[in-house]
Amino acid sequence: MTRPTVDLRPIQPPLPRPRPLAHFFTRPQVIALVAVLLVNWALFPGFFTITWQDGRFFGSLIDVLNRGAPVAILAIGMTMVIATKGVDLSVGAVMAISGATAATLVTNGIPAPVAVLAALGTGILCGFWNGILVTVLEIQPIIATLVLMVAGRGLAQLITEGYIVTFSDPLLIFIGTGSFLGLPMPVIIAVVLMIAATLIVRRTALGLLIEAVGVNRSAARFAGLKANALLLIVYTFAGFCAAISGLIVAGDIRGADANNAGLWLELDAILAVVIGGTSLMGGRFSIPMAVLGALIIQSMNTGILISGFSPEFNLVVKSAVIIVILVLQSPISARLFRRLPGAQK
Amino acid sequence: MTDQKPVLEARGIVKIFGQHRALDTVDFTANAGEVHALLGENGAGKSTLIKILTGAYQPDGGELLLDGAPITLRDPLHGQTYGIGTVYQEVNLLPNRSVSENLFLGRQPTRFGMVDRKRIDAAAKDLLSRYGLDIDVRAELSEYSVAVQQIVAIARAVELSGKVLVLDEPTASLDRNEVQRLFDVVRTLKAKGLAIIFITHFLDQVFDLADRVTILRNGKKVATQALNTLNTTDVVRMMLGKDVAFDHHPTALTGGPKGQVRVQFQGLSRKGLAPFDLSIHEGEVVGVAGLLGSGRTEVARLMFGVDTSDTGQITVDGHPVAIRNPAQAVAAGFGFCPEDRKLDGIFGDLSVRENIIIALQAKLGWFKALNRDDQVELAGRYAEALDIRAANHDMPVKLLSGGNQQKVILARWLAIDPTFLILDEPTRGIDVGAHAEIVRTINRLREEGLALFVISSELDEVVAYSNRIVVMRDREMVAELDGDAIAPDAIVQAIAGTQEARP
Repeated sequence: MTRPTVDLRPIQPPLPRPRPLAHFFTRPQVIALVAVLLVNWALFPGFFTITWQDGRFFGSLIDVLNRGAPVAILAIGMTMVIATKGVDLSVGAVMAISGATAATLVTNGIPAPVAVLAALGTGILCGFWNGILVTVLEIQPIIATLVLMVAGRGLAQLITEGYIVTFSDPLLIFIGTGSFLGLPMPVIIAVVLMIAATLIVRRTALGLLIEAVGVNRSAARFAGLKANALLLIVYTFAGFCAAISGLIVAGDIRGADANNAGLWLELDAILAVVIGGTSLMGGRFSIPMAVLGALIIQSMNTGILISGFSPEFNLVVKSAVIIVILVLQSPISARLFRRLPGAQK
Repeated sequence: MTDQKPVLEARGIVKIFGQHRALDTVDFTANAGEVHALLGENGAGKSTLIKILTGAYQPDGGELLLDGAPITLRDPLHGQTYGIGTVYQEVNLLPNRSVSENLFLGRQPTRFGMVDRKRIDAAAKDLLSRYGLDIDVRAELSEYSVAVQQIVAIARAVELSGKVLVLDEPTASLDRNEVQRLFDVVRTLKAKGLAIIFITHFLDQVFDLADRVTILRNGKKVATQALNTLNTTDVVRMMLGKDVAFDHHPTALTGGPKGQVRVQFQGLSRKGLAPFDLSIHEGEVVGVAGLLGSGRTEVARLMFGVDTSDTGQITVDGHPVAIRNPAQAVAAGFGFCPEDRKLDGIFGDLSVRENIIIALQAKLGWFKALNRDDQVELAGRYAEALDIRAANHDMPVKLLSGGNQQKVILARWLAIDPTFLILDEPTRGIDVGAHAEIVRTINRLREEGLALFVISSELDEVVAYSNRIVVMRDREMVAELDGDAIAPDAIVQAIAGTQEARP
């Protein structure tokens, strides 16, 4: 029996090449960031002023980048965890462990480069531990990482023996407060990490495979993906990112505060990822957009500080702006926008 | 049956999605005391029509009449108050609550403001006995088989509505006996004067149960006719608008010369599954027949390393290979289309293209990424070879019909250039056209020299493409049929255990 040769498929013109730049500026996150910055400018006319002093830039905008860097770095690692349909609540505590490790080692006379590597190593170890709980023991990520979130601060206090360990090591201080090419070190580190992580996941198959695991872990297994190995890598990387943030925060205050370093920052990081458009249901993710999310959060913090409102006000404004951003991203508003004349092509 | 009173009537229904006319002036009438089947390929507009009849969608044109009076349904709950109830393929009750709670949820009889559990249980027992069910109504719903859950769902829907009952593919996950049991219930309800609308992919069930049939194609009504004036070929022709290519009168393949042994399983076993030996040759299809629960799927899972075997070894082209997980199976050139497409097969949010290349990418490893052009080329090639119908390959695969999704998974495995392919119920729950294409594809792959292991509940289908048939019963391979011995009758006998004495 011969098959009919009629092609039932609709004739489809080839899709136009996407224009990345135009597309970028119409994203709700970018619009939100610009709006927040403009409001800051209205409240504080000197907001966009940047001056050059002592070989580096100064200004509120630079402050936003500098203060936002630790959360941005956490968000880079958190994006990949959330893409696998997981979450890492322990990153704030891991920051404290990393800072405590570095500070305690240098005050005991260990060379600073060794201390830095050791701090990064503990972060990696913490992430690996989370990964083992999630993969081998198959504990739900939110519970698995809650273990280290609670226990981590205790570990950090054991390392510092309950004190705030202060130091005057130039390398550690440089990581937190130094500058390179006129920009603060934390900003440089965040940008380099963002570019490197994005290139690695997009130039290799890792990005696609991580998304596949997040969309359907069972199907990933049936398709021959090494889902557990991918999960281990992702959680380990989140721990590594947390360790870097921990070093920055410790260097900034020239000491390790096991109780307060990175406190609640895991929630800011999760928020940054969600604002960046990565769903908590896993799947599609974007590292640069998560970094953008971290910048939106920090712009609001800075804006409220410099405009003279009380910091308590911060939390209310922040939640209001976040609700607006999330509503803009929701499928319902997408449908509403499509109905507007001219929105449909 | 034509002189019966119409209960629910739809006149000139139009539904438009974007630029697509999902339904184009469709008329439909459900009479009291009849079972009215609704047929059509996937995408013909069946589910859209059902959603309009139950109130889930609002029509863009046309009107609904109930007992002759026009009605407007806001949502399914509103439809229920008019007496229109629906039972879906996936039972949407609460699996972790008791049967009686499920039956009376939202209208529990109360006593002093508290739920009167005793009365619920008594009422539930009484209600279900009318459906021929005598079960412990206090047990959790999930402890019962899907068939029982379906009957509970029907009982609930009839209690709540009682005029029109819509059954949306209720039999898709039931075995033969369970289907008969469900049909007995439906016949009782029909005798009570309910109008029953029945949607299924199984034509034999339509002929078994329904009085009239309405056939949709591309959003238009092709015909509404009494079934005793039609035969299967007529119905299929109307559904497809052409003759199907799938041979409905199976003839056994001649044994013929086989190629080399491709894969060999020796003494493979696992707790609850008897050890089996099986070699599959190049260009050979080994079909598997057996009832649900006979261990068919378990064998496939063991072969592919989804479950790890306790004993036995596997050789591919004469070389022993270790298969302890699916990744190792893929590395050995195996592919597996699982029974539950949605759960184990499809990455719903990923694109058609990504779904096709994912297994090859996993096989290549993390660092040898296929670039976009390679992906587009691969996806295009296999989409064309298997005739995957998608507007473009960047759309999420979850938007495709079941048949096309199945072809996407098949394409995924063909892309790795497999030596051995396992298909578990490859034609379950997909429409007739895609069904025929999958069967044709299996035959073509065999001719191209692939070794295949195909599990199917449809005997005609297994007979049509298998060189050899393995029959399973009670988690054991009990018979092997070869050449002329392959015939539906012989398989039925082997399944029933009347031909061979049990070892």
